[in-house]
Amino acid sequence: MGVIGTSPPRSDGLDKLRGTAGYVDDLAGEDTWHGATVRTSVACGTVLAIDAAAARAADPDVVVVTAADLPGPNVLPVIQNDWPVLADGTIEHLNQPVALVAAPTRARARAAADLVSVEVEPSEPVLGLDAAHEVLASCSIDHGDVDVAIADAEHVIEGTFESGLQEHVYIETQGMLARVEGGVLTVVGSLQCPYYLQHALEAVFAPTGFEIRVTQATTGGGFGGKEEFPDQIGAHAALLAWKSGHEVVLLYDRHEDIIGTTKRHPARVTHRTAVSGDGTLIAQDIEVLLDGGAFVTLSPVVLSRAVIHAGGPYRCRNVRIRGRVLKTNTPPNGAFRGFGAPQSQLGAERQMDQIARRLGIDPLTARRINAYRDGDVTPTGQVLDASTSALEVLETTARRADFLTRWKTNESARVDALDDGAPRDGIGIALAWHGSGFTGDGERRLRARAGIEVDDGGRPWVLSASTDFGQGTEVVFQQIVAEALGVFPEDVGIRPPDTHLVPDSGPTVASRTVMIVGSLLHRAAREIRGRVGDGPEPFQERAAAWIAANGPLKAETMHQTPPGATFDESTYRGVAYPAYGWICDVVEVSVDPDTLLVTPRKVTVACDVGRAVNPALCAGQIEGGTLQAVAWAYLEEVKCENGRYLNDRLQTCLIPTTRDAPELDVRLVENPSPAGPLGTKGVGEIPMDAGAPATLAAIENATGIAASSVPATPERLLELMEDAP
Amino acid sequence: MSRHALIVDGRRILVERDPMDRLLDVLRDAGAKGVREGCGEGECGSCTVLLDDQPVCACLVPVFQADGASIVTSAGVIDAAGQDALASAMLTEGGVQCGACTPGIAVTAHALLAKDPAPDRDAVRDALAGNLCRCTGYERILRAVLRAATAKEEAS
Repeated sequence: MGVIGTSPPRSDGLDKLRGTAGYVDDLAGEDTWHGATVRTSVACGTVLAIDAAAARAADPDVVVVTAADLPGPNVLPVIQNDWPVLADGTIEHLNQPVALVAAPTRARARAAADLVSVEVEPSEPVLGLDAAHEVLASCSIDHGDVDVAIADAEHVIEGTFESGLQEHVYIETQGMLARVEGGVLTVVGSLQCPYYLQHALEAVFAPTGFEIRVTQATTGGGFGGKEEFPDQIGAHAALLAWKSGHEVVLLYDRHEDIIGTTKRHPARVTHRTAVSGDGTLIAQDIEVLLDGGAFVTLSPVVLSRAVIHAGGPYRCRNVRIRGRVLKTNTPPNGAFRGFGAPQSQLGAERQMDQIARRLGIDPLTARRINAYRDGDVTPTGQVLDASTSALEVLETTARRADFLTRWKTNESARVDALDDGAPRDGIGIALAWHGSGFTGDGERRLRARAGIEVDDGGRPWVLSASTDFGQGTEVVFQQIVAEALGVFPEDVGIRPPDTHLVPDSGPTVASRTVMIVGSLLHRAAREIRGRVGDGPEPFQERAAAWIAANGPLKAETMHQTPPGATFDESTYRGVAYPAYGWICDVVEVSVDPDTLLVTPRKVTVACDVGRAVNPALCAGQIEGGTLQAVAWAYLEEVKCENGRYLNDRLQTCLIPTTRDAPELDVRLVENPSPAGPLGTKGVGEIPMDAGAPATLAAIENATGIAASSVPATPERLLELMEDAP
Repeated sequence: MSRHALIVDGRRILVERDPMDRLLDVLRDAGAKGVREGCGEGECGSCTVLLDDQPVCACLVPVFQADGASIVTSAGVIDAAGQDALASAMLTEGGVQCGACTPGIAVTAHALLAKDPAPDRDAVRDALAGNLCRCTGYERILRAVLRAATAKEEAS
């Protein structure tokens, strides 16, 4: 049918425009009770007593839940079992949930929560990477002989690169609605991973014998922020529904969402690089430190991705990467678009700029010399396949933005600049790679399932747990299945991501949906088509006739990792990812020389997505991610003092407006991945990888100030300027 | 508590509310779910409605100030068939992703096009500066509003 590679509009667009799409806060009825959360007032300490008598006295209808009321273990299982449902005894971070309240209205629930008193004994919190010592996770890569290579090297260049907390600021805040009816506990909410919450609820409610059902409501953005956190708020809503006997909705306002939920891990990345006189990398010795916050949650896998990407998209025979996540007393840091790779590649790219400058080569040439080619071997020993596009995206972007000429012009203009207060132009380039799908053995262990069922009328329905929280997954799945069955996209139905209706296709994370789950659906659809057989009538008629003759028509497929594509998690050797995306960003800025205010003007991007099923939606992912990356570089920062987030509302927790946003020029490059039937690679996260280092490079080109950390706010740039020799 | 009469998307409603209740809550309780809370302090624009033709954040307006006023929400701007130029341009250009900001964007863009039927890119950026979007990078929203303006001009 030729529907792959076209851009039909998303199916939920009109409902979203009119406001009838059904987000969780639209689902509460008049009889629905409201929940509120009582949080700790210190970053570290002990809970001595929780007293809800005043709340109950003021409002006898109020229902209160503390850790003592839990039906089962006080733990939300993620990777390790250390994340409590409610603080019980020990307080590990400020604003940790310690009690829950439900009441017939939101105002009454909040009033009651304010009356619950929590007596605590504070102790000294551990805050920031300098003070932290407890290791939550570690991993390392050893490739070649780094020590010998560095000892023999012509040049050894060192650098340290830091990044701070970043807040997701999905426009719809977190929310969950729960009820218990006839032995079934149903939770509906704003989430990315219905089966994560399903498993968390199965653990928390194990002794009750409830059947658990989780459904996604229309979800207003996630970016990783609705990957693991919904396990907590979902369990909270469920506990209140169970204890009160009412349907309960628990909605965070923006302030509570910022103080209570996950952020991007702050990072410190240290490089010691051996290079030859012409700029060829000889050895990379890299350390990656992440601030995990108070609990392990997803930190080991964030670290793993950070470490595997830490060398950047560059060939190098000798590589040593050591990674650690340290515990501090802040809310747990968690999944955020890019999942560690943006932090580690910020270091790799700024280090490449530093190397180029020290050796007197331009930034484009330095990348051209070192970028991966087909057949190169990565630090984990993986041989890169024929769809390795580092050079292609680099050359495409540089040419479209006329990078080198303009970079050189700005370099000379800066030296000759008059002190006239005129804005200074800068242009910077960065190159990045991003592994698609789960790291290492993740997909093999997960064994994701998805399927197609055909109803009696011959309409095919997609069965998958993949969620759409903005990407346009539904229409992309419709296109993939339509192509395989020979029907139109609108002929394909999508069953809601409801754990009673769909198999576990794995979480909607790690840029895996179109590549992994899309391939499963393609296989299932091919299987259905094979069973029904081809013929002159439309598929629907043939399928309906087949069902009339043979009974139900359904195909379910399970992900199988190809033989040989193994990864050893003890040695970090092997195939780390089934496919890699490649991206290059050229960022243009102007900088006010008096205030050091940075204004991004234009970003030119080329990104290898393997194959774009829906080019408009695909480019939309890259555009949105690019703005998040650029803003992380110069604007976005959650400041933390004594364990408290200082800018804890949207008035102070800034994200770009239309006035801040640069023009975005995105070019899709399509070098199909041999790893799947569709040739697709991940696209969700890769745009987060190159925007920040390219922005810092542009600021350096404009001002001569070489920022090694983000965000490069005017205050930071001023400090760097004053510290300059 | 006091009684307030509002005209919401052309329909007259009567409510019994505290006069300081947020227009946002009054509208949502009346079923206008396209009025969405994103921040509650006038920063994100998700709850933008037209109050006597002016775009305002419904979270910042106490209901008594809207007494007797005509209020237009996204459902009053975008027809149910999605046939109007703005809806069609937003869908074709890919200006809708997660949808949380979308109704507010639609209302603001509608107000802009009513005032300035042929805006340039900078005018659209200025008009939408109070509507945060975290998904799109704004590029496709800007293009959609410009496209809607062109389509309206051609149709007239």
